[in-house]
Amino acid sequence: MGRKLLLENINVPGINTFEVYRQHGGYRAVEKALKTMSTDDVVEEVKKSGLRGRGGAGFPTGMKWSFLAKPEGKPRYLVCNGDESEPGTFKDRFLMTHIPHLLIEGMIVSSYALGAKTSYIYVRGEMMPQIRILERAIAEAKNAGFLGKNILGSGYDLELYVQPGGGAYICGEETALIESLEGKRGNPRIKPPFPAISGLYNCPTVVNNVESIAAVVPIINDGADEYAKVGIGRSTGTKLISASGNLNKPGVYEIELGIPVEEFIYSDEYCGGIANGKRLKAVVAGGSSVPILPANLILKTATGESRLMSYESLAEGGFATGSMMGSGGFVAFDEDQCIVRNTWNFSRFYHHESCGQCSPCREGTGWMEKVLHRLEYGHGKMSDLDLLVDVAKKIEGNTICPLGDAAAWPVASAIRHFRDEFEWHVSHPAEAIERNYGLARYADPLPKAETVAAN
Amino acid sequence: MSERVKVTIDGISVEVEQGTTILNAARLIGGEIVPPAMCYYSKLEGSGGKCRTCLVKVSKGSEKDPRPMPKLVASCRTTVMEGMEVQNITSPEVKEARKGVVELLLINHPLDCPVCDQAGECHLQDLSYEHGSAATRYEFDRRSFERRDIGDKIQLHMTRCILCYRCVYVADQITDRREHGVLGRGDAAEISTYIEKAIENDFSGNVIDVCPVGALTDRTFRFKNRVWFTKPVDAHCNCDKCSGKVTLWYKGEDVIRVTARKDEYGEVESFICNDCRFEKKKTSDWVIEGPRKISKHSVISANHYEQLAPPPVIRKNPALKEANKEQFERVIRY
Repeated sequence: MGRKLLLENINVPGINTFEVYRQHGGYRAVEKALKTMSTDDVVEEVKKSGLRGRGGAGFPTGMKWSFLAKPEGKPRYLVCNGDESEPGTFKDRFLMTHIPHLLIEGMIVSSYALGAKTSYIYVRGEMMPQIRILERAIAEAKNAGFLGKNILGSGYDLELYVQPGGGAYICGEETALIESLEGKRGNPRIKPPFPAISGLYNCPTVVNNVESIAAVVPIINDGADEYAKVGIGRSTGTKLISASGNLNKPGVYEIELGIPVEEFIYSDEYCGGIANGKRLKAVVAGGSSVPILPANLILKTATGESRLMSYESLAEGGFATGSMMGSGGFVAFDEDQCIVRNTWNFSRFYHHESCGQCSPCREGTGWMEKVLHRLEYGHGKMSDLDLLVDVAKKIEGNTICPLGDAAAWPVASAIRHFRDEFEWHVSHPAEAIERNYGLARYADPLPKAETVAAN
Repeated sequence: MSERVKVTIDGISVEVEQGTTILNAARLIGGEIVPPAMCYYSKLEGSGGKCRTCLVKVSKGSEKDPRPMPKLVASCRTTVMEGMEVQNITSPEVKEARKGVVELLLINHPLDCPVCDQAGECHLQDLSYEHGSAATRYEFDRRSFERRDIGDKIQLHMTRCILCYRCVYVADQITDRREHGVLGRGDAAEISTYIEKAIENDFSGNVIDVCPVGALTDRTFRFKNRVWFTKPVDAHCNCDKCSGKVTLWYKGEDVIRVTARKDEYGEVESFICNDCRFEKKKTSDWVIEGPRKISKHSVISANHYEQLAPPPVIRKNPALKEANKEQFERVIRY
């Protein structure tokens, strides 16, 4: 049984209320931080824990905090990014729904560490129930003296606000989120300057994912060293994984980073194998933005080692044979799923969500979607495959924000690993509409890597 | 902060003030190494970074940190550092990326240059001539919109728009209340006025000048003439609203268009008011300063023989030189 740090008390009835949460050791971290630790101590502790951003990029949270500029006379802000809209990711919503006080507690400790007097939780507009839950939790915490003026007699003031978004995926990008929070159109800003220098209202700002902020609570409670013991290598702690797709037990799981992917999919503790006795065909390991991998490459790396659920191991092999941890949206596809259709579906999403600010993404996402639509419905050409790879290459890296990359990677990787399926869609258009390509050789053991003899 | 830093672009070094962008440093050097810019406009704060045509490669970050930047950067929004080395046209990677951006810009842009008023001064036209491919790989319906009149002087042809946001910045920064913005997102985004309201503002006409393509055009000049058949003349007047410095575009005796004075990058010297632009179309309204120098590379200079230098074959041959004496004298005169 893996260790649970965030979801330890998730099954306690009434954990969403302040009293029950408090009875189960809630708000200990606030007491500990505000009464016994200086702000620098908290930042140092988070740095030592090795906690990495849980929103997708995996940037060390402590490092991000230490970059925050601290000019005199300017307020600093902490913004929690609850605009979770990546297809396949639903861990933040789960956390906010069932254990909102964990997030509030993390927000208080993190705001204290950063010296923010006002903090915001930006929640995606579609999550209205979660917004109400959070607002209620904030009211409860305020009532108990954990928010507002002079918290616990420490002289530290903090106001916490929940801001509903307008429901745009792009507002999950930190600078677009800041623009949206300021009441403008959610277009990503051009970096530099980074938010740590000039963010919300041109003041230094830190934007963190919901899970990153929640993870600060166990770090402060148990100490950074204890937290860093969980996990493997530079991937410390636990991670919430939103498992979905053709699994026996889809849902949100808290895993210790470093468990093998095979264990995660097949063990009864986690997903319990592929539903209906089918075979695994492909996995999107970290939300729709990351490269898709066929079954053989997700279970074993190209060098034949078993792949682990950690930032490093999932990325092993680069883009040629690896993927990314991303935001932890684990989508499994069984042999009955069509990769072309899935790629088209992802592409349609990015086309719809592109903000339209910079040209490669605005024009390229629509182009890719149209070509993929044509392939899926049997009007494709062989040259379309190379066209898609080429367009993806022209978008990737040339855009203002990572949405361009996120739109290009799934397409490029699907063609890289599932080229024969795409080709089959072109060569057998009538058949492709009636049935799926099936598993083919995607689960076969990998061929031994050829070793080049050194002269 | 008047410290000067040295930056090398395509092997040419230049000293510029700290805080200058790579693009502006390149413009100080001038010539072919200047990255093209469709959305950046030096007079408009916050513009740039959107069209991605000005991407360059930073092969050396700075003297202190010589690591190259991992991605291509938008030169219009990246400031120079001491000892920075930049590759523009010497980098195949940059050329490839720019070609890609131009292709993507063109997939939804109509090829109606023959009937477009902007033809001849269109930056997208120049760009596609330099970097574009002859054929398109895009085989789908292009995005199209109805033409709309914004007031009685300006026409919005959204189909041609490349969403550079320049006109939005004009509405924000030059005019006193914003009536103009972007609706929708992705490739469905469009420039629009607040509930189709006509733009009524003394400086709204400047959106025509800043538009790099033919999306916003002057209705008083519509279909009147091709720009390369008109003669640009600098002129000024006493205007209490603006600087009054303009370029008049003559066709024969008639002023058929008035614009602000644009430099070789298409940026205006100073913004002009609507009275100067739309109302004063008589020579008697203006004090003429003399012909406007237009860059030799511009199509507007074509057919203006006084500026056409004799071709090299004539310049090198004494016999031909003698035969074309008259033409040589004309070149010297101007």
